[in-house]
Amino acid sequence: MRVPRLPWRTAEIVAVRNETAHARSLALRVDGWPGHDAGQHVDVRLTAADGYQAQRSYSISSPPAAAQLELLVDYVPDGEVSPYLTREARVGDRFELRGPIGGYFIWTAAYGGPLLLIAGGSGIAPFASILAYRAAAAPGIATHLLYSVRTAEDIIFKEQLEAWKRADPALAVSLTLTRSASPDWSGYRGRIDAAMLREVAFAVTESPLAYVCGPTAMVEHVADTLVSIGYPPGRVRTERFGPSGEST
Amino acid sequence: MSDNVDANVSDEPAALDGNAAAGLLQQIFAIDITIARITCSGCQLVQPLAALRLYGLPMGNILRCPRCQATLIRAVARDKECWLDLRGAAALHVRLD
Repeated sequence: MRVPRLPWRTAEIVAVRNETAHARSLALRVDGWPGHDAGQHVDVRLTAADGYQAQRSYSISSPPAAAQLELLVDYVPDGEVSPYLTREARVGDRFELRGPIGGYFIWTAAYGGPLLLIAGGSGIAPFASILAYRAAAAPGIATHLLYSVRTAEDIIFKEQLEAWKRADPALAVSLTLTRSASPDWSGYRGRIDAAMLREVAFAVTESPLAYVCGPTAMVEHVADTLVSIGYPPGRVRTERFGPSGEST
Repeated sequence: MSDNVDANVSDEPAALDGNAAAGLLQQIFAIDITIARITCSGCQLVQPLAALRLYGLPMGNILRCPRCQATLIRAVARDKECWLDLRGAAALHVRLD
């Protein structure tokens, strides 16, 4: 598959939406944006007045058909890019962006299912794109999202996930809280482990396709565990977000 | 261990993977580099570029084999130049459609 050139383009923030205390969605206008596939990411580059540049990758959370490109940005203490994007950036601000990038961690209807999506924290971003695309283009493909967050307050896109689930019996959503859960919490508790994966994962005989996105330690643990319960490594696609694995 | 392991690269687990190297490498390749299948010259493991482990940010991208840790690809971009060292990649297999 040939890929068009990836020039740095100017992105302008057209809307800001706080998703949780730490995570924020940015809707962007990007002149000349060529469109994207569900699951792709972009590189964001900030340039300081003295010329110093910092660059990070962010997954696209909006589906291909959306009018505006949306990114989900999670606050990383001591980060070079996310503190600005999550706390200071305002509508009308501009920064540089290049993309869409990556044809590995994407899903299109032609790939089929069953589809197992496993997210940790802000690793939900590419799955928001995939699930919105799936809801419009390919509802009915058996899909299970397992989403791990610290507390109930950290669930990103909570209402949207519930709406997609209500609208499509072929979509299951399971949540696990790793840090604290109220006594009436009905989902899973604790980090994703083999027992949890055996409950949510489709049988290997159904040839499921698994995608895992989140903090690095979580992604590696989940991918290894899926392989240990019989998933072929080639059917487990991973995207690592960074070293914040200790805290989710 | 392969002799092309960089002594100055930490053995700490890589925080990121080849997905995050694609923005730079895509400047060079006309095909989708994340799905290019790279053969490790150390242990012969064949993996899509996206599944390699990424080290070396922010100075450059060092992509290592997830199994034997051999350095497969090194890329550094500066101003309008990019320097690419592929000596650890025994083969690069791409689709042309």
